[in-house]
Amino acid sequence: MQLKKDWWKFLSLLLLAYAIVRGLTIKVPDLPIIYETIRNLFYHVGMWFAMMAVLTVSFIYSLRHLKGFRRADDIVAAEAASVGLMFGLLGIATGMIWAKNTWGAYWVSDPQLNGAAVSILAYLAYFVLRGSLDELHKRGRIAAVYNIFAFVMLIVFIGILPRVAASSLHPSSTNDPGMTVAQMDDRLRTVFYPALLGWILLGIWIVQIRVRIRNMREQLDDILANES
Amino acid sequence: MYKEIFHLIRKDMLLELRQRYALNGILLYILSTVFVAYLSFGKIVEPATWNALFWIIMLFAAVNAVSKSFVQESAGRQLYYFNLAAPLSIIISKTIYNAMLMVMLSILNLLIFSLLMDHFIQDWWLFGWTIILGAIGFSSLLTMIAAIASRTNNNFSLMAVLSFPIVLPLLLTLMKASRQALEVGSSTGNNAILLVILLLSILPAILSILLFPYLWQD
Repeated sequence: MQLKKDWWKFLSLLLLAYAIVRGLTIKVPDLPIIYETIRNLFYHVGMWFAMMAVLTVSFIYSLRHLKGFRRADDIVAAEAASVGLMFGLLGIATGMIWAKNTWGAYWVSDPQLNGAAVSILAYLAYFVLRGSLDELHKRGRIAAVYNIFAFVMLIVFIGILPRVAASSLHPSSTNDPGMTVAQMDDRLRTVFYPALLGWILLGIWIVQIRVRIRNMREQLDDILANES
Repeated sequence: MYKEIFHLIRKDMLLELRQRYALNGILLYILSTVFVAYLSFGKIVEPATWNALFWIIMLFAAVNAVSKSFVQESAGRQLYYFNLAAPLSIIISKTIYNAMLMVMLSILNLLIFSLLMDHFIQDWWLFGWTIILGAIGFSSLLTMIAAIASRTNNNFSLMAVLSFPIVLPLLLTLMKASRQALEVGSSTGNNAILLVILLLSILPAILSILLFPYLWQD
């Protein structure tokens, strides 16, 4: 890694180290029910932000793929979607632990939870769709179309669902979405924002590495195919 | 362009009327699912249960009906249309045709429901608009998904897998609107929810108009 080109990777590591150390040692406000579990805020919410960031990357590269039908764009779109899926599952896992300790059950009927589950289902469907198409060219094109369609509908879903559902246990959806951030303790914020940025950068970094591995594997396959 | 769309819709209708089995299959599908629901629930007394059941059966019937949109005709004939008509006319005509089919299926679903299990509808105006807008929404969303699924080898299972996560926002909003139509005196904010449904129906239609040309070329 070079400091000039890859400064954001160092920044990500620094921010996450800061978020872990300070997130676990900081003095947190003594809120009822939540108490010390509020520290999960730095990790659980970060998963969702990282997921949305890499899924947006996937969306943008799907658009680019439809513009030029370049294989490289399709690879980025697919790898970003799979990293997004991984962050989504981690977000659900961290959320379930938190829910068990505050709301008393691993899974509660809540618009945020259902929204997350539906997003994960949609991207699992994206990979099923990819798997069922053999021809590379066709696969990239059709998967890109579904990716764009699904992403736009999911954004609408996340925007609409809290208003359609009767109530939510998540504090952010009772009024406007910015409420938690507005009410958040200043001490928490000094860890919360850096943690979010750190997770997002980490997500993009993982995508970059996975794309590179995938490219190498395909080149290797080409070389092996030519030798035999 | 309008003429092209008109002729394509006419072609789909003629095709449907000549090969009755597909249409009859869907009608029988609705009849038998409602009957299964009727037998397993007995008498439904809760409007909430009625509402959920109505829309779930509607969703499954819609997925079933729309999934054959692009596969009932042979690949050779598809190629013929490809040379004959613009991709935009094809997706628009299919969407309009499916929307009409959905309205018909909703009315039939409602008829069988009221016959077997009574109905709880208080606000017919709101319920009617919910059905019509819902038909347009289902059609514009599912037609595009059917087009995507038709490009793969296992069309039918993929159709359900691809469409359910995406159709959920529309389905939940429809359920909420029709819930309001079932309850007396809760008619506040009717128009707002109808506008949300309209938005959810128009958005996939715009997306499919933009994206369909990429699916169609081969």
